[in-house]
Amino acid sequence: MVKATTCIVHLRVNGDDYAPGVPSHYTLLETLRYVIGLTGSKQGCDKGDCGACTVILDGEPHLSCITPVLAAEGREIRTVEGLAGAGRPHPLQDAFDLNGAAQCGFCTPGILCSAVALLERNDAPTRTEIREALAGNLCRCTGYTKIYDAVESAAEVLRGQSGGGTGNGE
Amino acid sequence: MLRLPPFRYHRPRTIDEAVGLLDRWGSRALPVSGGTDLIPNMKHRLFTPDHLIALKQIPDMRGFRRDGSALVIGGAETLASVARHPEVRRRFPSLAAAAGQVAGPQLRNMGTLGGNICLDTRCTYYNQTEFWRDALGYCLKKDGDVCHVTRVGKKCVAAHSADTPPVLMTLGATIELAGPEGRRDVGLNDFFLADGIWNSRRKPGEIVTRVRIPFPSRDSRAAYTKLRQRRSIDFPLLSVAVSADFQRSGRVCQIMGVVTALGARPRLLTGWARIALGRPLSNEVIEALAERAHRQCHPLENAIVDADWRRAMVPVQVRLALEALRPSAASAS
Repeated sequence: MVKATTCIVHLRVNGDDYAPGVPSHYTLLETLRYVIGLTGSKQGCDKGDCGACTVILDGEPHLSCITPVLAAEGREIRTVEGLAGAGRPHPLQDAFDLNGAAQCGFCTPGILCSAVALLERNDAPTRTEIREALAGNLCRCTGYTKIYDAVESAAEVLRGQSGGGTGNGE
Repeated sequence: MLRLPPFRYHRPRTIDEAVGLLDRWGSRALPVSGGTDLIPNMKHRLFTPDHLIALKQIPDMRGFRRDGSALVIGGAETLASVARHPEVRRRFPSLAAAAGQVAGPQLRNMGTLGGNICLDTRCTYYNQTEFWRDALGYCLKKDGDVCHVTRVGKKCVAAHSADTPPVLMTLGATIELAGPEGRRDVGLNDFFLADGIWNSRRKPGEIVTRVRIPFPSRDSRAAYTKLRQRRSIDFPLLSVAVSADFQRSGRVCQIMGVVTALGARPRLLTGWARIALGRPLSNEVIEALAERAHRQCHPLENAIVDADWRRAMVPVQVRLALEALRPSAASAS
């Protein structure tokens, strides 16, 4: 087995540039949590099953626990820490609060990332589209219903903010 | 927490450069595309390569293009992009369905078509942490000399568990492999071997650069069904791909069925032509084909569920797949 080596990796996370020294076999998740100090993304199964480590890479949800950190170089990385706007939470985070969509909260950062990526490409998702977008995120507490409710109500808020009011959900 | 073993990560810009790196490092290197199979396997210490040669950033490994009477898909195209590509959905709906049913959304954004074709075989006794495997005693496929499934056998029975290959087989697809000795085309029907340790004709150091799927005739239809515990995330416990060509009268003039997730390679069902050719796809014909498939398939205890139940589900899944070939069902796929 080859010896571990350290390399400088250039990452753009939530609009900020980082160039830490990282063991070249680290995952993106390990780098975010243990090198950069962004511990919002969670280490659950750590083998690509549960979705707790979901981050948004170039607009698409990815599992950071099975992404080699060097594979994320040069890409736009967004984590749960980057979802809120200046001074206030993302409407989806508000909706999670208002709908009781987070219980223990461990799956929440990953679900927020999957759902934000959905809402950014589809401002009026159907219930089925929400379920499909979140089909790679396991939650052991909520039974999912309140999570789907929260995504639906956030979509409504976001449509109102954009002044569109296009789809009416049903 | 599952840590990766140390490795160096290489990002070649061309196929030739990737093949050169794989050749240079030999058995110490592995190609990685989406990494959704290999990285968890490395965390389980099933592979400990010194060098990973990344393929996904190679421009020549991406894209969809028409080439005469075929659609050519780059080996590093993601399963998500295959599943939503308009031409794939229109001309090869069963491929779009299979790619869209692999794992979950994040894994489809990462995993690639070439990677799915090269997916390592899976087994209850293999896809486990090193601690787990050490506690039980290692197996034939990795570090041991006994098969915990068959107890006595000297042949690995880990299951081919990828969704897209059975569909690609029913569509007559070929793949291009690039290796140190050049490039070669292999029909997917000749690609897989019945050995769970290394279940294909791909040589180590070769990569799947593109997949070529001939456009079907006007009256050709194909379908895919997948049995799994959840409707997301899971690998198939059993899956069935079927395709058939129909005459204007509705009579079958070509038919093919492939069952997978039972053994080391996708199994081409035999004897179907004798049953179905020249006849419409009636309930009676479907029943006879399902019964024929049931007689041919004998699942082993290599997955988390009961083998008897999986066997009982063979005719059920075959029936579902064949029913989806009927004209009235075509729009539903």
